[in-house]
Order: sequence, then C-alpha cells, then structure tokens
Amino acid sequence: MTRYVLRRAGQGLFVLWAAFTVAFFVLYLLPSDPAALVASGGGEVSQVDPAQLAALRAEYGLDRPILVQYGDALLGVLTGDFGDSYVSGAPATTLVAQALPETLKLTGAALAVAVAGGTAVAVASVFPRARFLRQALAVLPPLGVALPTFFVGLVLLQWFSFRVPVFPAIGNEGAISLVLPTITLAVPAGAQLAQVLSRSLRGTLGEPYVETAWAKGASRTRVHLAHALRNAAIPAFTVLGVMVGGLLGGAVVTETVFSRVGLGRLTVQSVNQQDAPVVLAIVAFSALVFVVVTLVVDLVYPLLDPRIELRTPRGASRRAAPQRATAVNA
Amino acid sequence: MTLQTLTRPAAADASAPGPAATPARADGAGRTLRGARHVLRRPGLLVAVAVLLLVAAWAVAPQAFTAQDPLGGVPADRLQAPSGAHWFGTDHLGRDVYARVVHGASLTLRTTALAVAVGLVLGSLLGLLAGFLRGWVDDVIGRLVDVLLAIPSILLSLAIITALGFGPVKVAVAVGIGSVATFARVMRAEVLRVSTSVYVEAARASGLRWPAVLGRHVLPNSSGPVLALVALDFGTAVLAVSALSFLGYGTPPPAPEWGALVSGGRDYLATAWWLTTLPGLVIVAVVLAANRVSRALEKTGEDQ
Repeated sequence: MTRYVLRRAGQGLFVLWAAFTVAFFVLYLLPSDPAALVASGGGEVSQVDPAQLAALRAEYGLDRPILVQYGDALLGVLTGDFGDSYVSGAPATTLVAQALPETLKLTGAALAVAVAGGTAVAVASVFPRARFLRQALAVLPPLGVALPTFFVGLVLLQWFSFRVPVFPAIGNEGAISLVLPTITLAVPAGAQLAQVLSRSLRGTLGEPYVETAWAKGASRTRVHLAHALRNAAIPAFTVLGVMVGGLLGGAVVTETVFSRVGLGRLTVQSVNQQDAPVVLAIVAFSALVFVVVTLVVDLVYPLLDPRIELRTPRGASRRAAPQRATAVNA
Repeated sequence: MTLQTLTRPAAADASAPGPAATPARADGAGRTLRGARHVLRRPGLLVAVAVLLLVAAWAVAPQAFTAQDPLGGVPADRLQAPSGAHWFGTDHLGRDVYARVVHGASLTLRTTALAVAVGLVLGSLLGLLAGFLRGWVDDVIGRLVDVLLAIPSILLSLAIITALGFGPVKVAVAVGIGSVATFARVMRAEVLRVSTSVYVEAARASGLRWPAVLGRHVLPNSSGPVLALVALDFGTAVLAVSALSFLGYGTPPPAPEWGALVSGGRDYLATAWWLTTLPGLVIVAVVLAANRVSRALEKTGEDQ
C-alpha cells in the first residue's frame, strides 16, 4: 500500500514537472517577444527603440539561451517563485493567490451543484416506469454537453438579471452574486457526469445481482438507489479529475461573462497582455489540481470498491488512473 | 522455394478467418445504400445530418441563402426584432443578424475544420507511432499524452495563444493541440487491436512490408472509431473555437465569427434578446448534430 502511494505520488510529480516544461516551452520558445510587447505598451511593436528593447530583455533575462532560462525557471518554481508579471511587476504566485479564493468559491459551488444535479438527472433517466419519461430525461445530458458556457451564462443573465431582476448581473458581492455563475459553470460538468453515470446505471441494472434484488422483493426505489446506484457510481467517480479541471477551464469564460474577479479573469487579462509568467503559473496550478484530484480518486477508489486491488499490472503503468487499479473479480 | 511453400499455406490458412472475423464487408455501392437506409430510419440522425449539410452549404455559398450584406447595415433598421424581412433581427448598426450568421459559417467552420485536422494529424501520428513501434517510443508518447490531459484544454489553448498571438489560424492551432491527446489515445488503442489480428499476421507472413501493412490493413481497419472521434471532436472544437472567439482571440470585428456574434450582443441583453440567443442556438444545433452523428458512427463501428 505505501509503495503504491509513493509510486503514484512520484508519477504525479513527474506529470507536474512535464506539464510545467511543456507550458514553459510553449510560452517562451514560440515566436513572440514579450519585451517588445511591454516596451510598446500596447502600441505598435515596430516603433520600439531597439536600445530600450535590449535593456528590457536583459532585465527579464530574456537575452539568455532558452535552456538557461528554463533551468532558472525550474529552480525558481521549486522555491515557489514563478517570476514577476511583465505588466504589474508583482510576483505571479501572488497574483494567482489573490485571485484564487473567489474562483475556489465558484468552482466549489459548481462542483456541488454538478454532482447533485448530474446524479439526479442520471437516476431520473432510468427510474420512471414510463418509457417516454425516461427517454425525455435521457436527452438532457447530451444537450448539456453541447451548450457553450458563454451562451448559458448570457441567457441566464438575460432572463434572471434583466427580464426578472432577481440576481445581480455582475460582481462578486455576496452569495447571491454566485448563483447564476454557479449554474452556468455546473451545466457542462453536471451533464458530463450524468452521461457517464446514466450509461453506468443502465449497465448495472442488467446485472444478475440486481435481478436477485428484484426477486427478493426489494422496492423499485431500493433496487435503484441502494443496489444499482452504489455500484454504478464507482466508474462515474473516476471522471472527477477531468471534471475539476474542466471547472477551472470553464471559470475563464464564466468569470468573463459575469465580470467576476478570479483566476479565470486573471487568465484572460494575462493572455491579452501576453503576460507569460502569470499564464505559466496558472497552467501549472491547474495541472497541480488535476494531479492531486486524480491521486485522491485513485487512492479512495479501492475503498469504494473492494474488488479493486491496489497493484499495477505490468505494462499498464501508463494508462489513466482509474484503469490502473485492476479489477480482480469484475 | 522452401520459403514459399512454407509461407503460402500459412498465409492462406491465416487469411481464411479474416473475412469471417469482419463480416458484412459488402461492396461500395451496397454499403452506401445501407448507410442511406440506416440514416433514413432514424429521424434524429436525419435532422442532424441535415443541419450539418445546411451549415456546410452556408459556408460554401452564403449568397445563396441571404441577399443581405453581413457587414454594411441600414442604420434606420437598427435593433429590430426578428421578422419576415430579418429572420434573426438586426443589430445595433442595422446589420441583418441572419446574414451575419450565414456569412460567419465559413469563418467558424474553417477554423474548426483546421483545428480538427491539427488534432487528427498530430494525434493519429503519435498514436500510430506509439502503437506500432511500441517500446520506449510508446512510453514517451504515453507520458506526453498524460501531461496534455492534465492541463485543461482551454488553458492549454490559451497558453498557446499567449505565445502565438491572436487570429483564426492561431486559434485553430491552439484548439487542435488541445485535442491531440484524445486522438493519440484512440489511434494507439486501435492500432494495437488491429495489429494483433489474424489478417495482419497473415499479411506479414506472406511477406508484405510494414509500410504496406500499415497502409492496406491497419489504417483502413482502425478508421471507424477515429472517424467517430472526428465527428465528436468537431462538436467540441466548435465549442472551443467559439469560446475563444467570444473572448476576442479570433478574427477581429466586424468579421461575423459565431462566438464574436454572441459576444457582440452582450451590451443589448436587456433590450435585444435575439442578438445573443439566435446565433447561440445555431452553435448549439451544430454541436448537437455533430455529437449525434458521432454516436451513430460509433454504433455502426460496434455493430461491425
């Protein structure tokens, strides 16, 4: 068990390092010149004085060979230093830390709504006796997946801030300002979960042990909720890592639509100003969240399903987390 | 001579189960006919195909669908609700929104198609190499895929845009790289599945070289799931491209890119619902249609 945990933690660290490296080379090797952008101050890049440009490059260390810059950046990251923003001069980590609480509130609330809503829709799409009702409810998850986040946000704003002024249209004040952004962000995540869960439920309901439960005279509710859902939820649990990552990504659009302060808004600002250190810090942070969530899911997984044994089959070490644990008895 | 006598019967033997293992490989015409009947029997799928065809037609010949000018407006007609004259209403400059959606189709779909192509080509190449060469190449590519999956695709796209700058082609590349990992995974799995099959073994045994085996046997037989993924990724890419154009990273205004159209209606949410809702619904329809087609392709693959 300890060996397994250490192994998985090591793999997680590797993914983090590699994600940082990929993001670093994307941001610093591709043809763009942050120094020219900073010097031009949003104006025409061609009008910048070459001497001033060289001074700026030296100041940010951009005149050094790329590998030296990379080594330096990697050493910095190990001490928690992602460099300073090209625009404000503040440390990138400080900017991320300042923006984080609001985004955590939003994504946390959205995750809760998505899990509750997604589960409810998935169960509702298999539970009713009426076939047409099941079919009508089964349409919801694919529909939710197809809705653009910005569109959901704008339509909600239109109806519940302007037509019927219940919720504020913009800003971060109070819990009430959180309602519409939370729903917006929860729709795609919840739909994704509902898709996986309802497929899993349909499979589980055909299993022999469910048949047995029916035969023993268990009620419809009991068969669905106590017997089928418990087993069906296990595969759905594994999409959690992807879901949380998706929520962080979705916050970019959601916070823009609702003009909220947060990590997503910081991302948009930094991309607009080509502020590479801040973008790098945000990407690294999101990879960290993904790795941690995946690791936790991986470790909790066998507790939920005793059939799963914690060991890595030979040659399968590279597959995604959920498959790594072997189903011995499945 | 000895070699031939040795390999010939073996090849014949091994290839015998080939056709049996993949039944219902009819000739081209029969397959098309069956495909058409398959679509006609499913009204949902029929609508999905019709939506995609209509939007493709918008992209190819927008003038055939609207006589209105997408860029020049009539100021007197500003902010009119949808009507017979202006199906989707008009915007704050009096431009016809339907005309803008129709003319925007080519911009949006070209960007999307390029994004899917980038993901398909790079991803399939990686998956093919990994599945075919195995060994350390497989390990390295597998790790790379893991890493790409660890970064939310929109953040990966935004990092690429930070470096490349704004514009439709750059958006397409950014979105395409976001989907490389998925293509690589599916392609690798398919190549592994196909290369262990009896007919590939037979082809190898009868002396066919690897490149030929790849071109004649592995690629055609692994195309099914990849094709379903192309359709699915098309929907995802429409969403990603329009989200990035909504954020302002696509073609600069006044170009009628779909995401930018929705974004343009933001200032008139209280007064002109049609500016955001109608172009938004067009995006939803296209994504739903692509997902429906993808599901149908997946099903046919399973049936075979």
